[in-house]
Amino acid sequence: MRIVKIAALLVILALAIIFPIVYSDPTVTNIAVFALIFAGAATGWNILAGYTGYIALGHAGYFGLGAYAIAIFCQDWNIQGGYTPFFLVPLAGLVAAIVAVPLGWIALRVRRHTFVVITIAMFFILQLLAYNLTGLTNGTIGLTLPIPIDWSGAFYNIPFYYAALIVLVVAAAISWWVRSSKFGLGLLAIRDDEDRARGLGVKTGSSKLAAFVISAFIVGMMGAIWAYYVESVYPASAFDANFDVAIALMTFLGGIGTISGPILGGLLLETTQQYFTLASTYYYLVIYGSLFLVIILLLPRGIIPTIQYRWDKYRALRANEPRTSEAAVAALPTDGAPDVVEKKEGINL
Amino acid sequence: MFTLIIEAIITGILTGGVYALMASGLTLVFGVMDIINVAQGALVILGAYLSYVLQQNFHIDLFLGLVITMPVMFAFGVGIELAFIRPIKRDRTMISLLVMFGLALVIEGVLNLVFSADNVKLQAWYITGSFQVGGFYLAYIYVFGFLLAAVLLAGLYWLLYRTKFGFSVRASMQNRVAAELIGIDVERVSAITFGVGIALAAAGGMAYGATNAFNAGSAYDLISRLLAIIIFGGMGSLSGALIASVGMLVIEDITSVVWSPVWASTVFFVLLVIILVLRPRGLFGQVEGRKQ
Repeated sequence: MRIVKIAALLVILALAIIFPIVYSDPTVTNIAVFALIFAGAATGWNILAGYTGYIALGHAGYFGLGAYAIAIFCQDWNIQGGYTPFFLVPLAGLVAAIVAVPLGWIALRVRRHTFVVITIAMFFILQLLAYNLTGLTNGTIGLTLPIPIDWSGAFYNIPFYYAALIVLVVAAAISWWVRSSKFGLGLLAIRDDEDRARGLGVKTGSSKLAAFVISAFIVGMMGAIWAYYVESVYPASAFDANFDVAIALMTFLGGIGTISGPILGGLLLETTQQYFTLASTYYYLVIYGSLFLVIILLLPRGIIPTIQYRWDKYRALRANEPRTSEAAVAALPTDGAPDVVEKKEGINL
Repeated sequence: MFTLIIEAIITGILTGGVYALMASGLTLVFGVMDIINVAQGALVILGAYLSYVLQQNFHIDLFLGLVITMPVMFAFGVGIELAFIRPIKRDRTMISLLVMFGLALVIEGVLNLVFSADNVKLQAWYITGSFQVGGFYLAYIYVFGFLLAAVLLAGLYWLLYRTKFGFSVRASMQNRVAAELIGIDVERVSAITFGVGIALAAAGGMAYGATNAFNAGSAYDLISRLLAIIIFGGMGSLSGALIASVGMLVIEDITSVVWSPVWASTVFFVLLVIILVLRPRGLFGQVEGRKQ
């Protein structure tokens, strides 16, 4: 089983690597770059929200910080367009992570709704700073990034694609490591019952903060790649309130608290969104909003946990078949009773 | 300088009343249903556009138009509750947040389609006309808007503290399960509360549209302020929402006079964060029980 999983992972990775070579149309690769950026950001967000249960809706702030950090680095150090700015991406992520330390420390003092709203408030503070600290951010005029003039035509998107893919793989690896480590177990305990977790010896404060900072780091790196790709940053575009909810929705769609869920959700949703934006600017919001509603109402669990649940049920049915006692089948959880036999999301994936 | 500060305080209090109207709907819905209605901003703007349509196409006075818009928005709110909130069975708090956000996007999209993204402002004699108090001029609309807010909030107070329905609402706020056990139809109470919250948003929207130019995108600015207000006052607390609304607007107005308008909201948000560090439940919030 383990070998099958690893093989499947390698196949998916290989497909991801050859994708831009097969589909070299710039329109397609353009959408792919955005999809990877969002999948990575959702993966980062999930490390905090999915594992600890602290739903932060202010991560657009760290996305924007990463974006502005790389723009300011490139400007101050006179970096030319090309491959060099990609090496600044981890540094930009680090800036976001450093800012996340005090902000996370403050925000994580409160729980549930208050936490949600305080993260939104912090996001608005960061956005207002981007507007008002004109010496650093140039205010509403925004900053421009160096443009790689050597790359042209169909090739232009390719370096961005691989950069985003690398960060996504790193993010997924971190997510997997967190998930399978003792630290991650502590985070899951916090999600289930924070007071009890503390009683059992989990260092809840520092664990939560670590998860917060790790997620800000990943989101910040994606923000940096995004900024370099779109070539300019403005307070309204880099600090975008829709981003907060977009990554939350992607994670919920794929399955919050799982490793593959946010990636799947990010790829699916961002692709649809980009497609609708291109297809129809007028109806885009209406269509996107309605789609959003339908997904949330029909699949509140998320795709991966739903599949997992169905698969487990199927396997359990199969395992019982040789005995073919109807009683055994009837005793299994049926569709009518998922609320009673509720499984914690993402225990296995 | 001194008169400027006095002026800032007076306009802050008057506009604060209008924000209290919108925030009270939000905090009420949170208290009863435990959900954050992030569509409140979009609904306020929808209310403002309804008043605009009534005035432009039917020449109905803005305040008189509320007799039509508020019941319409009430029905709309009940409809939203029945169609989108009630079917949510698990993880209500988070899912409802996302659902309401989706709804806000749809409302924003529809408003953009119907009215375009151009800013509009409501027109009436009391919006342009002003009178002199002390050393400065004040538009009538600020006073009228404040009076409207005072009347509606007094009505809300009466509804909550003097009627049988109000007892049911407060019982549901204190303990949902216990309220159900003593025979309160919590689902029905939730639907009506949601409707009331959105009817208040419609009234607030009219007053907002009369004092600010708006378009569908104004919803983002509004919802961030409203969320900050109800957190500041303590979630689920009506008096907290009132004090926080007035406090926020006064702080913003004073900051814009003594420092600079661009820092007005930053100062408020920073203050909010400081308050939350010192007192995580907000000014008047209840201590949250331990969730099992």
